[in-house]
Amino acid sequence: MSPAIGGTLNRVDGRAKVRGDARYSAEVPLTGLVHAVLVNATVASGRITSIDTAEAERADGVLAVFTHRNLDPVASVPKLLPSLAGLAAPGQTFFPMQDDAVHYSGQPIAIVVADTVERADHAGTLIRVEYATTPAITLLDQARDEAYVPERIFGGLLPGHGSRGDVAKALAEAEVCVDATYRFAPNHHNPIEPSASTAVWEDVDRLTIYDSTQGPNATQFTVAALLGLPPISIRVVSHAVGGSFGSKAMIWHHPALAALAARQVGRPVRLALTREQMFTSCGHREEQEQRITIGAGADGRITALRHHKLSLTSRFDDWAEPSLQSPAVAYSSPHYEGTYHLIRGNTITPTFMRAPGEATGMFALECAMDELAERIGIDPLELRLRNYSETDPESGHPWSSTGLKECYQRASELFGWRDRESRPRREGQWLIGSGMASALYPVTQPVNPQRARARLYNDGTAVVEAGVSEFGTGVFTAMTQVAADALGLPVERVRFVGGSSDLPNVTAAVGSAGTSAVGSAVHIAATQLRDELIGRAVADAHSPLHGADPGAVAVQDGRMVLRDRPDVGETYADMMARTLTPDAEVLGTWTPPPQDAGYGVHTFGAQMAEVAVDADLGVVRVRRMVGVFAPGRVLNRKTAHSQLMGGMLWGLGQALMEATRMDPRSGRWANASLGDYLVAVNADAPDVVVDTIEVHDEVVNPLGMKGVGEIGVVGAAAAIANAVHHATGRRQYELPITLEKLL
Amino acid sequence: MRPVSYSRAFDVGTAVGAVSADPESTFLAGGTTQIDLLRIYVEQPRRLIDINDLPLNRVEELPDGGLRLGGLARMSDVAEAPELVRRYPMVAESLLLGASPQLRNMATIAGNLLQRVRCGYFRDTEAACNKRVPGSGCSALDGINRGHAVLGTSDNCIATHPSDLAVALVALDAVVQTEGPGGARSIPIDDFFLLPGQTPEREHPLAHGELVTGIDLPPAPVAATSRYIKIRDRESYEFALASVAVAIAVDGGRITEVRLALGGVATKPWRARAAERELDGAPATTESFTRAAAAELAPAVSHGMNAFKIELARRTIVRALEQMTQREVAA
Repeated sequence: MSPAIGGTLNRVDGRAKVRGDARYSAEVPLTGLVHAVLVNATVASGRITSIDTAEAERADGVLAVFTHRNLDPVASVPKLLPSLAGLAAPGQTFFPMQDDAVHYSGQPIAIVVADTVERADHAGTLIRVEYATTPAITLLDQARDEAYVPERIFGGLLPGHGSRGDVAKALAEAEVCVDATYRFAPNHHNPIEPSASTAVWEDVDRLTIYDSTQGPNATQFTVAALLGLPPISIRVVSHAVGGSFGSKAMIWHHPALAALAARQVGRPVRLALTREQMFTSCGHREEQEQRITIGAGADGRITALRHHKLSLTSRFDDWAEPSLQSPAVAYSSPHYEGTYHLIRGNTITPTFMRAPGEATGMFALECAMDELAERIGIDPLELRLRNYSETDPESGHPWSSTGLKECYQRASELFGWRDRESRPRREGQWLIGSGMASALYPVTQPVNPQRARARLYNDGTAVVEAGVSEFGTGVFTAMTQVAADALGLPVERVRFVGGSSDLPNVTAAVGSAGTSAVGSAVHIAATQLRDELIGRAVADAHSPLHGADPGAVAVQDGRMVLRDRPDVGETYADMMARTLTPDAEVLGTWTPPPQDAGYGVHTFGAQMAEVAVDADLGVVRVRRMVGVFAPGRVLNRKTAHSQLMGGMLWGLGQALMEATRMDPRSGRWANASLGDYLVAVNADAPDVVVDTIEVHDEVVNPLGMKGVGEIGVVGAAAAIANAVHHATGRRQYELPITLEKLL
Repeated sequence: MRPVSYSRAFDVGTAVGAVSADPESTFLAGGTTQIDLLRIYVEQPRRLIDINDLPLNRVEELPDGGLRLGGLARMSDVAEAPELVRRYPMVAESLLLGASPQLRNMATIAGNLLQRVRCGYFRDTEAACNKRVPGSGCSALDGINRGHAVLGTSDNCIATHPSDLAVALVALDAVVQTEGPGGARSIPIDDFFLLPGQTPEREHPLAHGELVTGIDLPPAPVAATSRYIKIRDRESYEFALASVAVAIAVDGGRITEVRLALGGVATKPWRARAAERELDGAPATTESFTRAAAAELAPAVSHGMNAFKIELARRTIVRALEQMTQREVAA
C-alpha cells in the first residue's frame, strides 16, 4: 500500500459539488424559512435623520423591517483579533444598526424579512431614508496630511514600526540607491459564493447558524459575544463554502444580524449577501502606497532597506495588511527600517485578502530589486543570489527550512532564464520581455492547541473529525489522506468530517496554515489511535502479535503486522471482533510551537514570467509563467498544484486588471459587480508551469507542512511588471498595469 | 426586483399588440442584460411579454444576395452560420468577441442592438443619470469615466454604446426591420442609433411596442475581406476600450473600397466616414491609415480618465488597416 500523502487523490467532495448536491449555507432546506435582505447606507458619512419603513412593512410578504430603532442591540463587540488566534474574530470593532451614525457607504441600516428574497429586496427599496451628511474621506489623496503611525496594526498583532541598525546612515553611505514609490488600487476578493448565513433558533438559548466561513468556531465565538450568549448556545455549521480568499476569514455582521432577525421574527432566517454587497460587507485589500529605498554597494549587496507604507483604514480600527513583514527578511540587509502610516477614512475596516501584505509588499520590493539590478548592470537573478540570507536577517536565527536557492535554480531551468537576452525581443507588433521575483510567505502558527478526533469502527473503517471548514482548498481530501496513512488504511475506508463548531476545535483556516493546523491534529489523533490498537493487540494473549514490541508493529491495509515478518499479524477488525469492541476513539491534540522557537519560519519560492506587450496598443499578454515553491510536505500533489497555480493567476489579475474604483464624490465603489470588477478569465491564462522543491522541516509541525494557499500569489505580479519593463523599458509603479500606462 | 407579471406570445402580432397597448410592459427576449436591469431597479416594467417563441430565429438568404438575421436568432448561432462567416467575417468575429459563450447562447441579435449602456452611473439608481432619469444630470462627466465615449458625446451623456455586433453592422449599412403598432418598416442602421444630444434617454427611434424582427445585411462583396478587432482589458467577457470593423478592397496598391466603423469610443456604433473619405482612393500605406485615423478622431473630446481612448482609437484604426493589408504576427 503506497502512502496516500503526496499522492493525487481526487477531491472527496468533488462529486457532490459537480452534481450540485453540496449544500452551501444559503441552500440548507428548512421548514418555515424566511429571507432577510440588508438595506445599506447610500452615503459615506453622516447621520440618519429619518427612516420611514411604513410602506415597506405594508409590502406583500413582509414579516418585519428592522432598523437601529427596533433591532435588539448587541451585548458587546469583541476586539478585533485575526481569526488565527482561535478566539472571537470580528472583521471590525464597529457593529452596525446600534445608532443613527453612518460611517461608510454600504453600512447596513435596515433589515427586511419577507417570505421570499425577491419580496424582501423589493420592500427594501420602499424604505425612505434621509441623512444629514458630513464630508467623507475615501481616498488617500484626500487626507495625506492626516496620516499617523499606529502603535500596532493587524488587530494589535504587529508593531507599526520596526528597525535594525542605522538605516539613515547606511543609505547616506550607499554606493547605489533605488528609491521608488508604488501605488496599489483597492482589491476585492470576489469568491464565487457570496457570503450567507442561515440562522435557526431551536430554543431561546439554542441557535444554529449555517455560515459561509473559514472558521466555524470563529463565527461561534464572535456571535456568542455579540448576542451575549455562552458558546454552548451556538452551533455553527459550514458544510460547503464556495471560496473565500480572505473575505470569510473574519466574522462580519451578517451571521449576527441573521440571528437577531430570526429571534425577533420567530422563524429561521436566511441572509445571503448580494454580489454588490460583497463589496461593502466583508473588507477588502485597502488602497495603499509603498515607498521602498534600497541602499547597496556597487556589487549589489544590500546594506540598507527602508520600507514605508501609507494606507487607508476605517474610523474604528488600525488595520493595515502586513506588507512589510516578508520584505524585511527577504534579503540580508544589516540596516532596516519599516513603518506603517495610516489615514482614517469612511470605509469598512479592510481585511485579509489572499497573500495579505505579501502580495503588495513583495511587489514593491521585487520591482525595486529589478531596478537595482538594472542600475548596477547585473542579472536580476544574480542580484537575488548575492543577497541571499542564510539566516533570518531580523532575528539572526537559522531558517527552519528554505529551498530558496533550489527554487531559483529549478525555475531558471524550467523557464530557460539563462537564455534571457539583456535586451528584449520583438515579434512583429509584440515586444517580448521576461522578469522574475522571489516569493516569501511567513509560516504562521496557530496560537492555541489544535484538536481532532479519530474513531475506528470494528469493520476497519474510520471517521476522523475536526471543525475545519472546506472552502475549496481541498482540506477534507488532504485530511483523508493524512488519517489513512497514520492509521494504515486505504483512503476509501476513511471519512473525514468537518465544518461544524460541535467538532473538535481547530482555528480558522487562514494564513496558509489551515491544512497544517488541522493536519497536525489529525496526524496525532490517528497515530495515537493506531498506537492504542497496536498496544491492545500486543497485550492480548489471543493475538498473533501477543508480546511483540509495539515499535516493531506496522499497519498495512488495516492489518497490524510485524515489520520484519509481515505474515504475522491480524487486522484491526479481527482483533476488535474477537474482543467485542464496537469502536475505538482518540482525541488528538497538537500544541503548536511558539512563533519564536529559535528559527526563522518562512515559505520560499521563485517566480518567472514572459510577457508580450503590443508596441502600439499597450496590451499586455502574459505568455508563460513558471513558479517553483518549497512549501514543505505536500499532502496532495493535485490540490497543491491547483492552489499554487491559482495563486499565480491571482497574481496575474493583481498585475493587470484587478481594481475597485472609488468615486470620492459619493464615497461609493463605482464598479461593484463581476461585470465591472475584472478578474482574470481562462482566456487570459498563459502556459503556467508549477513545480515544488522538497524541503524537510522538523520545526513547523509534525508533518513538516508550510502551506500552499498563498505563496503562489507572492511575486507573480512583480515578475510580470519586471517583464513588462524588460519588454518596453518602462517601469511600472502602479497596479493594475492597464494598457493606457503603456501607450 | 419590482413585482412583475409575465406571459408568452406565440406570434408577432400578439406580442406587438400586448406591449403597445400597455405603457408599463416590455418584451423579454434572451434577457441577458434586461434581467440584470430589472434586478437592480434600473428598468421597472409591470409586465413582461416573453417573445422567445416567435419564429424569428433564423439566418435567411435575401433575394438581392444579402442575408437576414432573425431578431431572435442567438448570437452563438449567427456567429456560426456558414454563409455569414464566408460573406461577412467581421460580423461573425464581432459576435464571437462579445460577451461569453454562456451569454452568447442566450442573447439575441435584436437584444444585442438594444442593450443598454454599461455606464456605472446608469446602473446605480443612487447616482444622477440623464439617461435613466432625464434632467437629473450626468455623473460620468467628471466621474469614473475611463470606459466612456470620446465621440458623439454631449453635456448630457457620455456613455459608450456597448455592442460589438452593431459596429460591424453600421459598417455594412445594415437595415433594421421592425413591426410595430403602425405596421412594418425598415430603418437604415445608422438612423437606428441616436446620439444622446439633449435626449440621452432616447436611444433609438422605435415606438413603444415596436419589435425588431430582423436585420438585413445588404450584399457587399468587399465584406468578404473584413475583420473586427477589439482591444479590451481582458481577453474574454469584457467590453471594448476600442474596436474597429473594417472591410477593404485594394487594387494596385490603392484603396478602391473601404468600410470602417468604431466601437468602444462613441455613444453610438460609429461609422468612420471621415476616415473612409481620407482612405477612398488613397495608397494602402501606414501614412494614409494614420491620416485617416487622425481625421476621424479630430472631433474627439476627452473627459479625463478616458483621454487615452483618443490615441488608442487612432492606433487601433491603423492596426486594423495594416492587418488587412499586411501580414502580422499574432501573440
